[in-house]
Amino acid sequence: MKQKTTAVLSAAALVLGFAGTTQAGTLEDVQSQGVLRCVVSTGIAGFAQPDASGVWKGFDIDFCRATAAAVLGDANKIEAVTSTGKTRFTKLNAGEGDVLWRNTTITFSRDVGVKLRFHGVNYYDGQGFMVKKSLGVNSASELDGASVCIQTGTTTELNLADYFSSNGMKYEPVTIETNDEARQNYESGRCDVYTTDASGLASTRSALPNPGDHMVLPEIISKEPLGPATRHGDDQWSDIVTWVLNATITAEELGVTMANVDQMKSSNNPEVLRLLGVDGSQGQELGLSNDWAYQIIKQVGNYGEIFERNIGVDTPLGIARGLNALWTEGGLIYSPPFR
Amino acid sequence: MTKSFNPQSYEPGTHPDLPPPAITTGLIGWIKTNLFSSPLNTALTLISIWFLWQILPSSFHWLFTGAVWSAVDRKECWAMMDAPRDGACWAFIRGSLELFLYGWYPEPERWRVNITFFLFGAAVFGALRENIPGKKYWLMFAAVFPFLAAWLLFGGFGLEPVATSKLGGILLTLVVAVTGISFSLPLGIALALGRRSRLPVLRAICVIFIEFIRGVPLITLLFVASTMLTYFLPPGSSFDLLIRVLIMVTLFAAAYIAEVVRGGLQGLASGQYEAADALGLTYWQSHRLIILPQALKISIPGIVNTFIGSYKDSVLVLIIGMMDILGLGRARLNDPDWLGLAPELYIFISLFFFVSCFAMSRYSLSLEKKLETGHQS
Repeated sequence: MKQKTTAVLSAAALVLGFAGTTQAGTLEDVQSQGVLRCVVSTGIAGFAQPDASGVWKGFDIDFCRATAAAVLGDANKIEAVTSTGKTRFTKLNAGEGDVLWRNTTITFSRDVGVKLRFHGVNYYDGQGFMVKKSLGVNSASELDGASVCIQTGTTTELNLADYFSSNGMKYEPVTIETNDEARQNYESGRCDVYTTDASGLASTRSALPNPGDHMVLPEIISKEPLGPATRHGDDQWSDIVTWVLNATITAEELGVTMANVDQMKSSNNPEVLRLLGVDGSQGQELGLSNDWAYQIIKQVGNYGEIFERNIGVDTPLGIARGLNALWTEGGLIYSPPFR
Repeated sequence: MTKSFNPQSYEPGTHPDLPPPAITTGLIGWIKTNLFSSPLNTALTLISIWFLWQILPSSFHWLFTGAVWSAVDRKECWAMMDAPRDGACWAFIRGSLELFLYGWYPEPERWRVNITFFLFGAAVFGALRENIPGKKYWLMFAAVFPFLAAWLLFGGFGLEPVATSKLGGILLTLVVAVTGISFSLPLGIALALGRRSRLPVLRAICVIFIEFIRGVPLITLLFVASTMLTYFLPPGSSFDLLIRVLIMVTLFAAAYIAEVVRGGLQGLASGQYEAADALGLTYWQSHRLIILPQALKISIPGIVNTFIGSYKDSVLVLIIGMMDILGLGRARLNDPDWLGLAPELYIFISLFFFVSCFAMSRYSLSLEKKLETGHQS
């Protein structure tokens, strides 16, 4: 049986090699479908989750909506293709989704090995630590001998081992499977420390009965730049996704918001006019209508608005901008100019 | 010796015609014989009572008296309790109940789902209930039901079409489970007969099929269904994900049913086969009239076991990102307004599965009792 399975798998892998390269004309496909199919997660708090009536909400979903606003003129014309961490790339490569907005870390092997095209970073994440304030720990370097709740089979497990051994410290791993399980273990005191990506720590912390009793330590021990991906072989579609993200960032930089986008059309800043399609023909060069970025901002908002609405300090998750502030405000969020 | 013939000589309360003493009958008697019959049993009983005393009041408080049934988010929910997490926040489940039931099925079309649920109940009732008038028509209706349900749920032929990706929650769980269960039984019987066939090619095909499916985990098959079939099929032909999954789930259950039924066929005395042949019955006649009724009867526990197993296995579709009741529930756990309510969700889902599986297992017990003819030792 095992040989048979292997044969099937290798045959599939062979076909897989060709499938990714023959896709083209995604823009025409999307416009003729009349709906944009985004590969999204099956639920990551603040990034993608269905509300009580089943409508998908979240940071990644809003970027999907922004893409739909640019391509179809209507942010609501999206379909969420739910995928787990294991099926997300095959769904994209098999053409079951048009673009992937799914909390996905950009890595060499995914870019080159899985044959994806990444289009910039919409969220800078990184692995951190959460502890009870009563422990009196202020830095990850004081965690020698601690018991640590850690998800099995993830890069966070490897990062943790590297960090502790390079600092000459010991730890006792408590392996868990999901965020919820981690929270239960952490809450009941089976582990002193919980480690996962900082965005995950924020949601775990907010779900604790007294979030104020817990703190996220300042050290971030890994780089997890999250960004959208498309298939290889469709440069026009890649450009569109790249510039949808850049448009939201540029809009924040230029102070164009959902509320003032109509007044901004009569701004005297030439970059604003180019962005909103009043001057120039950037939309047409992308194969879209000239008001594509206007539609994004009007219907979904700029980067800062998307951030604050879904995961910002006023939401239950309460994530500060940090690295995800604009480059002008000490963060890393930076868009090439619209010129 | 004469003493015993003299009613006057009985000690008060020892006359054989008197009812047994209260201490050996009724509740007290039952407690005495079942709970305190020996020192060991007495000790175990006391330990159990102490244990229940420890957990029951707090469980009851958490589940019912301390629970909150309506709130707009978790903060409000916890604020209404003496302390956060002091009781269950059922408001979370209550608010999502409709989503859990229908998934993303379009709201104006949900009457179709309701009719399907109702017809499903009618089909199950009609097929399982004995002694109802027109049993033959009930059975015919139950046989047509899967196709009727497919038409109602997915539309076409006059109804608004609904994409299969709109299914979710309990609706999706039931679609996967009921399809798997109702199509795997005939397929499994056919495979079992094929495996015992005298035609070598047919037999080989059945053996290879059964052994291949049983040798591979269901998750692997689901991954094949979700990711690989798209590569095998000619480009441009889209083959619905739900249908691919339904086929895999059905084939998986059928392979197990086939082995259970084969066990039933082999458990039958060879005299039954010989008697059928001696009567001059053809292969199909003898199987329909003599072999299968008996073989299926002894296979009932195994068949129902497989059904319950495949019903619960249906939650594995969440691994490939399908939103059945468990997948959808876990997605809802990520709602920032309701973070951290996993116990409530899992209790709700367990309850749903327990009720349906327990009903299945009770039915199979009553079926066994009804078909019991005393041949089994």
